[in-house]
Amino acid sequence: MRQSQRRNLIKLGVASAVAAAVPPGAFAQQKKYDPGANDREIKIGNINPYSGPASAYGAIGKAIGAYFDKINAEGGINGRRIKYITLDDGYNPAKTVEMTRKLVEEEEVLLVFQPLGTPPNSAIHKYMNQKRVPQLFVATGATKWGDPKNFPWTMGWQPNYQSEGRIYAAHLLETRPGGKVGILMQNDDYGKDYVKGFKDGLGDKAKAMIVSEVTYEVTDPTVDSQMVTLKASGADVFFNVTTPKFAAQAIKKAAEIGWKPLHYLNSVSNAAGSVMVPAGAENGIGIVSAFYLKDPTDPQWQNSPEYKEWAAWMARYNPQASLKDNFNVYGYTVAQSLVQVLRQAGNDLTRANVMKQAASLDLASPMLLPGIRVKTGPDDFFPIEQEQLARWDGKTWVLFGKIYGK
Amino acid sequence: MEALIQQIFAGLATGGIYASVGLALVMIYQSTHHINFAQGEMAMFSTFIAWALLQAGWPYWGAFLATVAVSFAGGLAIQRIILKPVEKAPVLTNVIVFIGLLVIFNSLAGWIFDHTIKPFPSPFPKSSGAQLISPHDLGSIAVMLVVLVLLYAFLRFTSVGLAMRAAAQNPESARLVGIRVSWMLGLGWGLSAAIGAVAGMMVAPIVYLDPNMMGGILLYGFAAALLGGIDNPWGAVIGGFIVGVLENLLGAYVIGTELKLSVALVLIVTILTVRPNGLFGKTVVTRV
Amino acid sequence: MSAAPATSPAAAARGLSRPALAALVAAGVVVLCIAPFLVKNYRVFQFNLVLIYAVAILGLNILTGYNGQISLGHSAFFAVGAYCAAIMMDRWGAPYWSTLVPAAALCFAFGFLMGFPALRLGGHYLALATLALALAVPQLLKYKKIEAWTGGVQGIVLTKPEPPFTFELFGSPLNQDRWLYFVTLGVTIVMFVLAWNLLRGRVGRALIAIRDHPIAAGAMGINLPLYKSTAFGVSAAFTGVAGAMSAVVVAFVAPDSFSSFLSITFLVGVVVGGLASIPGAVFGAIFIQFVPNIADQISKSAPWAIYGVFLIVFMYVMPGGVAGLGQRLFRRRSAAP
Repeated sequence: MRQSQRRNLIKLGVASAVAAAVPPGAFAQQKKYDPGANDREIKIGNINPYSGPASAYGAIGKAIGAYFDKINAEGGINGRRIKYITLDDGYNPAKTVEMTRKLVEEEEVLLVFQPLGTPPNSAIHKYMNQKRVPQLFVATGATKWGDPKNFPWTMGWQPNYQSEGRIYAAHLLETRPGGKVGILMQNDDYGKDYVKGFKDGLGDKAKAMIVSEVTYEVTDPTVDSQMVTLKASGADVFFNVTTPKFAAQAIKKAAEIGWKPLHYLNSVSNAAGSVMVPAGAENGIGIVSAFYLKDPTDPQWQNSPEYKEWAAWMARYNPQASLKDNFNVYGYTVAQSLVQVLRQAGNDLTRANVMKQAASLDLASPMLLPGIRVKTGPDDFFPIEQEQLARWDGKTWVLFGKIYGK
Repeated sequence: MEALIQQIFAGLATGGIYASVGLALVMIYQSTHHINFAQGEMAMFSTFIAWALLQAGWPYWGAFLATVAVSFAGGLAIQRIILKPVEKAPVLTNVIVFIGLLVIFNSLAGWIFDHTIKPFPSPFPKSSGAQLISPHDLGSIAVMLVVLVLLYAFLRFTSVGLAMRAAAQNPESARLVGIRVSWMLGLGWGLSAAIGAVAGMMVAPIVYLDPNMMGGILLYGFAAALLGGIDNPWGAVIGGFIVGVLENLLGAYVIGTELKLSVALVLIVTILTVRPNGLFGKTVVTRV
Repeated sequence: MSAAPATSPAAAARGLSRPALAALVAAGVVVLCIAPFLVKNYRVFQFNLVLIYAVAILGLNILTGYNGQISLGHSAFFAVGAYCAAIMMDRWGAPYWSTLVPAAALCFAFGFLMGFPALRLGGHYLALATLALALAVPQLLKYKKIEAWTGGVQGIVLTKPEPPFTFELFGSPLNQDRWLYFVTLGVTIVMFVLAWNLLRGRVGRALIAIRDHPIAAGAMGINLPLYKSTAFGVSAAFTGVAGAMSAVVVAFVAPDSFSSFLSITFLVGVVVGGLASIPGAVFGAIFIQFVPNIADQISKSAPWAIYGVFLIVFMYVMPGGVAGLGQRLFRRRSAAP
């Protein structure tokens, strides 16, 4: 009630001001606001694990904030400042529900941006869609976030794990159709999604080709035992679905026990500086992995203007964070996507219009690989679906072949 | 067959990690009769100190010794400054302070050194080709045995060692015979922090250094120490090897990797119900 | 039936007359009933969590505070209770209120069985055995053979129950959260009264005797194995009821909600509230619910560091927890003329 009164008053005042100051055309679009937006600011909520065992991901939440600082310093979006409220859920779904409700019901944000992790997002999936608040660009690669028919208020962002799994399968079928595959995966949704996509991609041949499948828990100190099992299975292809620490251990252990398979490494752990070099740069020669972002630790990008711009932003707005940390590229790029959505939304800052604009993106971003675009449509809630394969040559990732995906 | 032998050796190598952490736990138990939940995080933080020194260009053994010394001082300082006020409070109050220390160290390490994994150098020669056990694994087991012998000699043959054991076992009587119990506790903390630092520096080349490095390992070290008997350093070492090998064999041949942790834990608990003081622990007889 | 257990001992001890006491209790009840209509929905949700944690902490306190057995495994019982409720509601369409008794029974059985190894293990060994339970349960919940029931790592999404009737007070309707608040409050009061009756009588004295001197207690004719296992079972049942309520209130369960850190959090709640104190559980619950949020607001870079400092400082100021402080203050007051 009060809200709409205030809105009307604002409209009145603004309409006269706009008529005087803004060039024609711009004010053809009437100003419309939902909670969290007004003439001066746009409130955006975010949830990240700043504490607890998943606190490495906290870097993303901070990087996003730092990018919004830059946008605000440069005048904001269509004259509005971004007010960024980020909260800690410690990767505990029950806490995610509490924090989301704080953002939506108390802070009254326009949208919740980039909540992180599959279980936390699953916990608020229904709530966000019942409340009709955008749960935008969630930070997980599960497939269920692109379901506009049943969940029109939720959208993913990064390439989903299953489609990446299919890319490796396609490459494997092209290059070594008779291979015997060993799989190492983390025992959770992320590992299972990758392996499901991989098996789907192999199709009927999956049963015959996969000779061994082992798992590890995040609490395991090492994956040495699993690597020995895989080698003993006689596999000559290795699909490595692990997070950075375990990926580095697996690469090193494979070299130590003299196992030299055709090695596919998931994109979660392909950072040059923080996985490949710690694992021993020579140990990883020949590994194939899929990319969509530019790796900040890969020398091939470090002279590009895009990298320099990113590094300058890091130095100015996010000086405490590490230049080696991929998450800072991720946060920077996903924040750019949101900024584009809000730019497109113009003066119609309603939640419905935010989702409408998010579903009509076609955008290249400086730190995305050349040729890869953020693309969505009313039926396509998977913003990034393209990836390209690269091979580690001991110093850098060498891109090869076509860009997979649409 | 080759795979079985490799599994056993891989188990011995990880068992060595558990053993060294278990040893640090036994140490602090011997001198304070507490189990320090923050032990793992303190060891991790010490390893970061060593890493920072190495980054600054220190030679390996220089950084090693400096880290051990700093950790000793740090452990002593923690006991004197942070634990002193709750020395006489109930055990659980102390446990909560340990949990506080755990989260503080974990959080500070992430904040200061960030979360990307860091390679940590090994002082031992690089492994050449396919070997059953790498020189680093052998080397760290040797380092640990040296620590164990030194520790044993210290507790067994020096008067300070005797005083420390007395202070832990019976603080009241120890005080009556003139032992400064509170300082003995501090000394125990210093020693266990130093041992933790050694363990951390031996573990880091295998598992990589990051703020959550010790999370899983502490649990296994805990299991190793209790399986062997919390009052027996040798027990902790043997317990560590048993846990490491058992877990690998179960995972590889018996129940698969998905449930290996659960089953290994159930087995340990079962063993403990049969031998409540661990395999090599002393049975404590209480008087009414 | 009222919130009396939380207030009456202190009040009675201060020598309030019966009518004054009754008035105080009545005022408390009115405040508890009106409070949810004065705040936003999200706060009501937080109150619900506090009540749930209070029951869970009370459960752990029966075991740790009264019986002296340390458990780092109560997140497992919380998880079993939550999954019991979730599976009943999701697979069989059972109404939410019907899940509490089965959850309690199931957890009692689990706890009672867990009590047997606990008989042989003391102190740190028991802590390890229970910690093993806390670590194993999330892993078992992910196990693929039972995924059809548990939903695996994805967990189970539930629907919040609608209130059976509705009205408005101060412009706030009785919606799902406020209705659940009353349900949770009712359950909490019942559980506290049960605990009160159990612990203030023969059983409670036996448990304390076992804690303070097991051998002497045995010599006095207390059946040690029976009492210790039962204490474990009852404690697990309380925590299981809390778990079932949390599944209903949060409307989601997943293995990640029940990490072993939750067990440690419960233990923090017990000590902060005060060992062997029934009203202490409420303070413990308030601490574990709100202090991490405060820490998060102070620093995004190292929220756990702030939380750790809070914990340590709290232990300095109140080594006996909130209840311990209350006792100290009261003793001082009664000593003064």
